[in-house]
Amino acid sequence: MDGACFRETLRTRRRWPDVMAIWKKDIRIALEEERHVRANDRDYNERFSYADNRIKTAKYNVFTFLPINLFEQFQRFANAYFLVLLILQLIPEISSLSWFTTIVPLVLVLAITAVKDATDDYFRHKSDQQVNTRQSQVLIKGKLQNEKWMNVRVGDIIKLENNQFVAADLLLLSSSEPYGLCYIETAELDGETNLKVRQALTVTSDLGDDVAKLADFSGEVICEPPNNKLDKFTGTLCWKDNKYSLDNEKMLLRGCVLRNTEWCFGLVIFAGLQTKLMQNCGRTKFKRTSIDKLMNTLVLWIFGFLICMGIILAIGNTIWEQKVGSDFWEYLQWKELTINAVFSGFLTFWSYIIILNTVVPISLYVSVEVLRLGHSYFINWDRRMYYSRKDTPAEARTTTLNEELGQVEFIFSDKTGTLTQNIMVFNKCSINGKTYGDVYDEFGHKVDITKQKTPCVDFSFNPLMDRKFRFHDSSLVEAIKLEEPLVQEFFRLLALCHTIMPEERNEGELVYQAQSPDEGALVTAARNFGFVFRSRTPETITLYEMGQAVTYQLLAILDFNNVRKRMSVIVRNPKGQLKLYSKGADTILFDRLDPSNEELMFTTSEHLNEFAGEGLRTLALAYKDLDEDVFDEWMKKLLFASTALDNREEKLGALYEEIEQGMLLLGATAIEDKLQEGVPETIACLTLANIKIWVLTGDKLETAMNIGYSCNMLRDDMNTVFIISGHTMLEVQQELRTAKEKIMGPSKDKFSSGLDMEKTELYSSDSVFEETIIAEYALIINGHSLAHALEADLEQILVDVACLCKTVICCRVTPLQKALVVELIKRHKRAVTLAIGDGANDVSMIKTAHIGVGISGQEGMQAVLASDYSFAQFRYLQRLLLVHGRWSYHRMCNFLCYFFYKNFAFTLVHFWYGFLCGFSAQTVYDQWFITLFNIVYTSLPVLAMGLFDQDVNEQYSLRFPNLYRPGQLNQLFNKRKFFTCTLQGVCTSFILFFIPYGAFMTAVRDDGAHISDQQTFAVTIATSLVIVVSVQIGLDTNYWTAVNHFFIWGSLAVYFAILFAMHSDGIFTIFPNQFPFIGTARNSLNQKIVWLVILLTTVVCIMPMVAVRFIKADLYPTQTDKVRLLQQATRKQGPQEQNLRRVRRTSSRRSAYAFAHQQGYGELITSGKNMKVPTSSTSTYPLYSPTRGLTGTSSVKNSGVNDTTRDQTETYSTGFRRESDQSQEVTVEDLEAR
Amino acid sequence: MKNEGKSAQRPDNTAFTQQRLPAWQPILSAGIVIPGFLIIGLAFIGIGIGLFLTSQTIQVQEMDYTGVEKDSPCFRCTIPSNLNCTCEVTFSLSTLFTGPVFFYYGLSNYYQNFRRYGVSKDYNQLTGDTRYFKSRSPEEDCSPYSYDSNNNPIVPCGAIANSIFNDTFELYQIINGTKKQVPLDGRGISWWTDYNIKYRNPSPVNGSLAKAFDGTVKPINWPRPAYELDLTDPNNNGFLNQDFLVWMRRAALPQFRKLYRRITDGDYAAGLPAGNYSLTVHYNYPVLSFDGRKKVVFSNVSWMGGKNNFLGLAYLVVGSLCVVMSVVMLVVYAKFKFSDDDDA
Repeated sequence: MDGACFRETLRTRRRWPDVMAIWKKDIRIALEEERHVRANDRDYNERFSYADNRIKTAKYNVFTFLPINLFEQFQRFANAYFLVLLILQLIPEISSLSWFTTIVPLVLVLAITAVKDATDDYFRHKSDQQVNTRQSQVLIKGKLQNEKWMNVRVGDIIKLENNQFVAADLLLLSSSEPYGLCYIETAELDGETNLKVRQALTVTSDLGDDVAKLADFSGEVICEPPNNKLDKFTGTLCWKDNKYSLDNEKMLLRGCVLRNTEWCFGLVIFAGLQTKLMQNCGRTKFKRTSIDKLMNTLVLWIFGFLICMGIILAIGNTIWEQKVGSDFWEYLQWKELTINAVFSGFLTFWSYIIILNTVVPISLYVSVEVLRLGHSYFINWDRRMYYSRKDTPAEARTTTLNEELGQVEFIFSDKTGTLTQNIMVFNKCSINGKTYGDVYDEFGHKVDITKQKTPCVDFSFNPLMDRKFRFHDSSLVEAIKLEEPLVQEFFRLLALCHTIMPEERNEGELVYQAQSPDEGALVTAARNFGFVFRSRTPETITLYEMGQAVTYQLLAILDFNNVRKRMSVIVRNPKGQLKLYSKGADTILFDRLDPSNEELMFTTSEHLNEFAGEGLRTLALAYKDLDEDVFDEWMKKLLFASTALDNREEKLGALYEEIEQGMLLLGATAIEDKLQEGVPETIACLTLANIKIWVLTGDKLETAMNIGYSCNMLRDDMNTVFIISGHTMLEVQQELRTAKEKIMGPSKDKFSSGLDMEKTELYSSDSVFEETIIAEYALIINGHSLAHALEADLEQILVDVACLCKTVICCRVTPLQKALVVELIKRHKRAVTLAIGDGANDVSMIKTAHIGVGISGQEGMQAVLASDYSFAQFRYLQRLLLVHGRWSYHRMCNFLCYFFYKNFAFTLVHFWYGFLCGFSAQTVYDQWFITLFNIVYTSLPVLAMGLFDQDVNEQYSLRFPNLYRPGQLNQLFNKRKFFTCTLQGVCTSFILFFIPYGAFMTAVRDDGAHISDQQTFAVTIATSLVIVVSVQIGLDTNYWTAVNHFFIWGSLAVYFAILFAMHSDGIFTIFPNQFPFIGTARNSLNQKIVWLVILLTTVVCIMPMVAVRFIKADLYPTQTDKVRLLQQATRKQGPQEQNLRRVRRTSSRRSAYAFAHQQGYGELITSGKNMKVPTSSTSTYPLYSPTRGLTGTSSVKNSGVNDTTRDQTETYSTGFRRESDQSQEVTVEDLEAR
Repeated sequence: MKNEGKSAQRPDNTAFTQQRLPAWQPILSAGIVIPGFLIIGLAFIGIGIGLFLTSQTIQVQEMDYTGVEKDSPCFRCTIPSNLNCTCEVTFSLSTLFTGPVFFYYGLSNYYQNFRRYGVSKDYNQLTGDTRYFKSRSPEEDCSPYSYDSNNNPIVPCGAIANSIFNDTFELYQIINGTKKQVPLDGRGISWWTDYNIKYRNPSPVNGSLAKAFDGTVKPINWPRPAYELDLTDPNNNGFLNQDFLVWMRRAALPQFRKLYRRITDGDYAAGLPAGNYSLTVHYNYPVLSFDGRKKVVFSNVSWMGGKNNFLGLAYLVVGSLCVVMSVVMLVVYAKFKFSDDDDA
């Protein structure tokens, strides 16, 4: 698949440079103003040197790997820095350390990175290879030949067969379908799974599959240069002295799959890297975490600190040389070169830069990468984030953002498919004043319907039933079986009044292609209750009513739109009666009822309230018997109006209004917009973790609010729900101001009266102030208002108001607006944002937010491909943030604190020693110790801590969401923490140096020999250091797994093993120059005094830390401390059953009507344009001549490409566009604009 | 698992992948920390008292003989022109100086730990590898003590060897006005590993160590070449000369003492009896140019080595602090533990 491209770019999203390189390479070609392609003329086309169809995402080959990879690695600041150090070390005058002290860690770091890069590249090679060697049929010299994709050239004509991937961007020439139509699936391009239609020019479609004619085809295409606009193409085809204009509807883009079309021929216009798919690759921003940025700042600071130390020591050296060193000439003559004290100081500066380089930890970046990789794997491996029904595990698609998951403050969530399943379920109904759908036990109590326990109604009497349909109240079936006329009429209405297209692949296997899932749910319900909608023609609808085929004549569809909020059909039943069936929003429909219905209306209204209280979406149903005369009269008017040229819509609307009067109420339906599992609980939990959740949806206000209520984001007990829906800037401003005043007003009063000055000062900062507002508000803002509110003048007040509200819902927003809202918060609040969504329209916000999460396991993959993390269910977000994110953050912070501490403690000993060795850049330690300290002696324990540590276990992390707070406040690692831990390191180094110094002033061995020599001193301090940092990591480790034990004890053991090995006789005899410490370990570590010094040093370094931590935990216990104590206490008592809060919906709000969409399909149906000839169906429909658009019908074989509930009808309705499509277009454009 | 294929991507259920590895989760609780501090504190006080008392029993006789003051016996030797100067330092012991007595020389303000001083040697040479006598190993930097002014290779090369301490001492007990020489034992004063492994003499040529040094010159400051360092003992020559080995083990700090001799033989095996002593110093080693000091130290040792008050005091201080901290923590704990209820 060319998904390779997407996958590649995402997997390698950090690799900007190589994509850039590709672009740079293509600049010459990209500058072309116009593209000329002549069919079947390779010689002509080669003159322009267009890119061939070979894809190369891999960066290296066997020969270039080493140089290019090294070049890239040395572009990184840290690596370059160490390279410079290495070069410095080769200058004998300043080389205070042997070359190997730097080169060993550097090589190790480079090697690890190179291996990683090489593996990545190997897989890229493999996928490139796989794509490049795909076969396609190319027309060469009048014959169709199989060629590899990479050999396809611009101007070739290639043949595609059904279900094949399109090899390059093609101009469709002809296809097997009539009128040169062909169908493609563009999931790889834009994530939409529905089929799209493409049509060839008539002149070219006449070529058919006549190879000879095609080979003679010599049209020349003049078109735009390669670009990344997926939905635009402009060009002209010149052939036989005629010019034909070309647009996107004639293009097949690489990455699409041919569907429902036996074959087609296309002319290659763009190939390889110039295809629109590839031009869209790699345009992802590289996201970095705030810790990353902080780390870079800190490294720069450390660098500055290093230079300061170097300068201090260099000055010290200059003074020393003048005061002391010049007199020491007797025993240490210099070369003439260094005779000048200032010059000596200059050299010393560099020498100290070399020695002290370990404060900038070389292994820091690699270790951080390793940790993040590990954390990502833990996310991938988590079974609690694995969705078994779709077999989808959670996936960390980027490995660089983990710790930021522990700092999220704002979540921006899509609604459809994210909070909701986008599955509508017929849940309850009210028929003629009686409700159905609730189950009562023998005591008359309502039974909580859960899937497992409550028995479902048996629909086996109905052979055409949908097996997935569940209904629990058997009384409704009884009513059907008793043939109660109104119940029958109710379901008849549901089966007739809709715009669904049925599809029957095999006998009895019905699939409904519904425009909105609500309709699908209603018709499916009718189907199960014995009113099966089986087939339709433009003029008839065939139902199977309780097994009997009944054909209704469809006379008119009074279509749905947003103003009418209802739809009706007028049918003639077999008995010849004329009936109008109508369904719509209750408020609308109730106004149009017959006065005699008033009592029923009140009952039904009560039921509707009840349904709405449960968060269900409701529709009212009504019908009317029509008089033949009245109808004829009306029909004439309708026909007249439908041909009107101006104000047609209004005229039609008025006519519809006229006939939809005096209807009789049948009842109401209640549809559950099924939330994803655990959504309210998750939202409640995340809210407790002080994460603000904003819902950004393209849905309309009512639906969004409805979901808000059912997710418990909106509640009845909220003080005010502000709805901003102004159409002009001023209106919006006014509405926002009013809202702000309303929120601020009472609180302000409270402050001025209740609290004294001191406290008001405390609350002066905005963020604290927000939290002091006890009253709960919600803000709902409409898309068109949002457009105004996002303007520069209003955005501040928008942010103010929004952040004062507990809940923010933005509805009818475009994808661009979603991104803008995220951007707004990023800019104004400096908070970590997370965007979660499932569809192509969420891509922009997913890319904009600090962290993007995609819901996987859905059909479209676009959101997932753009995301940083993906999983199948919204509720996993809770675990991702509160468990994985929190742990990652905690681990990373502890890791960094310890790492800096360790390196300072290790390195600064040299600084102190400088004052006692004439600032000569003499190292304290053995050079091998310096080499190995960071990479061998102390690397693994801290990695183990960084990978496995758990301050609080997962149950408690979830149970106490406020444990998440420290991450949001950035408390665990910030500049202050950095200072604390470096200060600790400095103190430790001071103790490490001066205690042995004091002890060794006069020390001798117990055999009288002297011991205060350089080497013993080095071994004593080094051993103390290793022990101290091991004890310290032990203190920092909260969670000692076997691995931690193994690494900590192992590191100590390895230290002593290596120490003795390096100080052994054997290794000295082999390399006398490299191991001058021969015998030091033996001679010093057998002395009691050395051990006494080590013990003292360790205790002095560690005890204050223990005391400080203990007292701090006692005086100012953090939430974490408390929970840890609690956790320990419970562990001792044994596990307790946890009663997790169940979130109950408390809303009693009247809900929205259940139409999710816009203008209906009425016209399409009556025109018959979307009718097709089913091959397996028993009946055939006459071909219908449509009034506009295509001049014929396409026959679609093998139409069941995917048995989705999505509306396949849309595929054929090129005249109509759902809003989501339009918004998706916006996405692409917006992204391009970025 | 219902279906292998359906759950193909289900993550493994292991303690490792699910982060449920069994673990020990220690908490710094009062029950551990406070008694811990107390125990460590008491232990340290104990060790400190032990160290301090031991240190007090060690006798030390320390004498600066640099000759800075005009009335000091070695003042005249500080005049650079005065070669082969000998001076005499007298001291008296009021009690028996228990043996074995160790005789150290000490230098201060002397930077044996200066980096360029420290690197100025060639281990290849010092392992007796004659290949490196004339050519120099590339990694090593003996300059400017690599070649003499006539470009002859110096062996042993480098600043450390060149600057070997060359004052010599003779100790006499003055008994009734007569000097009785105290025998000084110079054997085994260096580390065993230095003498037996790290430093090797070149193999003698025709039975003569001197021949092995053919073609090389002595270090500039040395009065005699390496193979004639000890004229009294032919086995104590070359790179295996004990004084040389002691010198080559560089001191860590600018103030240091190195073992010169042991007093273990004959009448003085039990120690130096009370009385008057005279130390004859062959004053060769100039230190005044860099404001250095020279001293001699007589000391005996205990299980913990030489006299070391620092360590004993440090242990006492740290131990006391630990005890104090444990009390402070106890107070803090008692006061705050019960004050706020666990609202976690």
